[in-house]
Amino acid sequence: MFGAGILKGMLVTASNFFRSYYVKERLTTIPYPEEQRITPDRSRTIPFLVYDGEDQEAGLRCTACCICEKACPPQIIYIVPSRDEKNRLLKHPKVFDIDTSVCMECGICSEVCPFEAIRMDQVFELSTRERFESLLLHKSDLAKSNGYYHQLHPTEAAADDAKRAAAAARKKKA
Amino acid sequence: MTLLVIIAIVTLASALAAATLGNLMHAALNLVLSFLGVAAFYFFLDAEFVGLVQVLIYVGAVAVLIVFTILLTRRDEEKKNGLPWGGVLVAFVVFGGLIWAIVKTPINSIPTPHLATLPVHRIGQILMTDYVWPLQAVGVLLTAALVGALILVMEEKP
Amino acid sequence: MDLDQIFVIAKQQVLAWLTGAGASVGVVQVISSLINIAAVLAVFLTLFALISVIERKVLARIQNRYGPNRVGPFGLLQPVADGIKMLIKEDIVPRRADAIVHFIAPVVMCAAATLTLCVIPYGRNMTPVAIDGGVLLFFAAGAPAELAVFMAGWGSNNKYSMLGAMRAIAQMVSYELPLLLAALPVVMITGSLSPDEIVAAQGHYSFGTVPHWFAVTPWGAVAFLLFFIAGLVESNRTPFDLPEGESEIVAGHMMEYSGFKYALFFMAEYFGMFAVSGLGVTLFLGGWTSPVSWLEWIPSYIWFFLKLSVLLLLFLWIRGTLPRLRMDQVMSFAWKFMLPMAFVCIVAAAVWHYAGRGLIGWVWSLAIVVVAYLPLTKLLWTGKQFAVRQYRFAE
Repeated sequence: MFGAGILKGMLVTASNFFRSYYVKERLTTIPYPEEQRITPDRSRTIPFLVYDGEDQEAGLRCTACCICEKACPPQIIYIVPSRDEKNRLLKHPKVFDIDTSVCMECGICSEVCPFEAIRMDQVFELSTRERFESLLLHKSDLAKSNGYYHQLHPTEAAADDAKRAAAAARKKKA
Repeated sequence: MTLLVIIAIVTLASALAAATLGNLMHAALNLVLSFLGVAAFYFFLDAEFVGLVQVLIYVGAVAVLIVFTILLTRRDEEKKNGLPWGGVLVAFVVFGGLIWAIVKTPINSIPTPHLATLPVHRIGQILMTDYVWPLQAVGVLLTAALVGALILVMEEKP
Repeated sequence: MDLDQIFVIAKQQVLAWLTGAGASVGVVQVISSLINIAAVLAVFLTLFALISVIERKVLARIQNRYGPNRVGPFGLLQPVADGIKMLIKEDIVPRRADAIVHFIAPVVMCAAATLTLCVIPYGRNMTPVAIDGGVLLFFAAGAPAELAVFMAGWGSNNKYSMLGAMRAIAQMVSYELPLLLAALPVVMITGSLSPDEIVAAQGHYSFGTVPHWFAVTPWGAVAFLLFFIAGLVESNRTPFDLPEGESEIVAGHMMEYSGFKYALFFMAEYFGMFAVSGLGVTLFLGGWTSPVSWLEWIPSYIWFFLKLSVLLLLFLWIRGTLPRLRMDQVMSFAWKFMLPMAFVCIVAAAVWHYAGRGLIGWVWSLAIVVVAYLPLTKLLWTGKQFAVRQYRFAE
């Protein structure tokens, strides 16, 4: 009959309408900011520096080898290694700046780091009120704990910890 | 009374604009305004039905037709021709004749008929009984126009 | 305390106070008209605001998402945000646009749409303009709306606006005929063009429960359907919103309008929707009468607005269900189906009347309508088989 298809379609939409009220799984919208989306394990945004333990400065894994500075495609990492009183290199960065307004979140810095020191974060609420100063992140902004890293990427963090433990065991044996 | 004068002035001014404006679109819209003015006159004369039908037919159909015609016939630049003097002469002669006829008629020679506002169902009754032949003739005319339009747009069978 | 006549009594009190305070008859008449205008505008502007947010929420729920839910409780204050946004937008007029025509188009459209609201009886004794040719005034006042669409398209000096305007006018003019012809059986059976008389003719009940609404008769049901579909077209609603299809020609004739003028077009479209629904309720659903005799204590305006809401929800429901029709499909639907069906409705109504408006009349008019419907659907049948899509992949 002519028009039967339209009536059937209207019944479908009506049932959609009513079911959307009591079948909560139909609504795939996540009411941000009351609820946050669960991001997948390997999603990434800007990089961050990992530190072990409680002290941000002492536990920092970064040894200022500057490999990530050279590997970064837009060249936004700026490292100044700290030196002692005899001007010898200490394995610790004095200045570690990343310009996140240019960062393209490629993850190359994290891939090339030999010390599992720089990893990719998942923060996206990065809006600032002006364009240049607030998006230039310094060492204190970038340093986040290993526990935080475990929360973000559990498998990666466990693998990193295993690798570091194996390296430490090898050094002790040697 | 003042309302009547204002509506009269608006109607005449828009009719004049419709006849003389160079921009065709503006002329057509002024014509619509004059149609509305005539409809207002019908309302003043207590002929509600005729006034409403005037708006419905003239503004709703005839004006749309005129506007479509202007739209679909692409005009390039508007060429301002001079006034057609022969036409102006004829217009003045006719106008003079009408003014003479109006002035010659004494004012109260035809007594004002005492008309009640004709209710619509009475109009329907008269149309179907006393004036049924003109109604059918108009129907045939409209059907002929419709059939003609259909024939014009029908594609030729190859 | 007659709840039904509360607004009428209030207005009479105000006018009596004014006359007592020494105002002349002319001033009292003007004030009376102004009160009517203010009441109609207040009610329908509020309804417009409500409908704009309820439409978005209903469409959202149909599409398995939330609607606007940030601005007020359940997002109901969204129209306030929308209104502020429309008001503070910059009013851009294209430089080579025809300034006068471009300015007047939304004004004429709004005026035409608002004028049609004045003849609808909203309750017992609550018709703003109760004249003898009310239904005709409705259609006559809706006529300048087409011209306004054309002025909008032309005045924008834009090919796409012109295209949208032409499509809009073609659609509106084609469906004026079924709209008028669907209203014709009602006028014929009632014998009057006055909406008050039409509502009064539907105010009786059979056995106290079945109302004598015209939509309950076979010819009335079909005529109501035709009137409703033609009303959908006249207000440019989906599935007939090709003139303003957002994915096709942006907003068609409204493309060059920004800010408040666009809000006026939007409002005019919604007012057109309200007016056509209101007239549909008046002509076919009995206006302000109640469906059963034992519910007559509910005030008449409540019934009217309940029925109006049902029709508006039907508008929204159809918008959420159907895709847009193509222009040639729209035209063929009007001329090949709706026009013959409307004529058949007139014949069926006449048969119903002359068979005594009883059971025999019912059966005969139902038979006429069904017998005419079947071959008419064959006219529109394109014969396309909608099979399951076959996918062919590259090897």
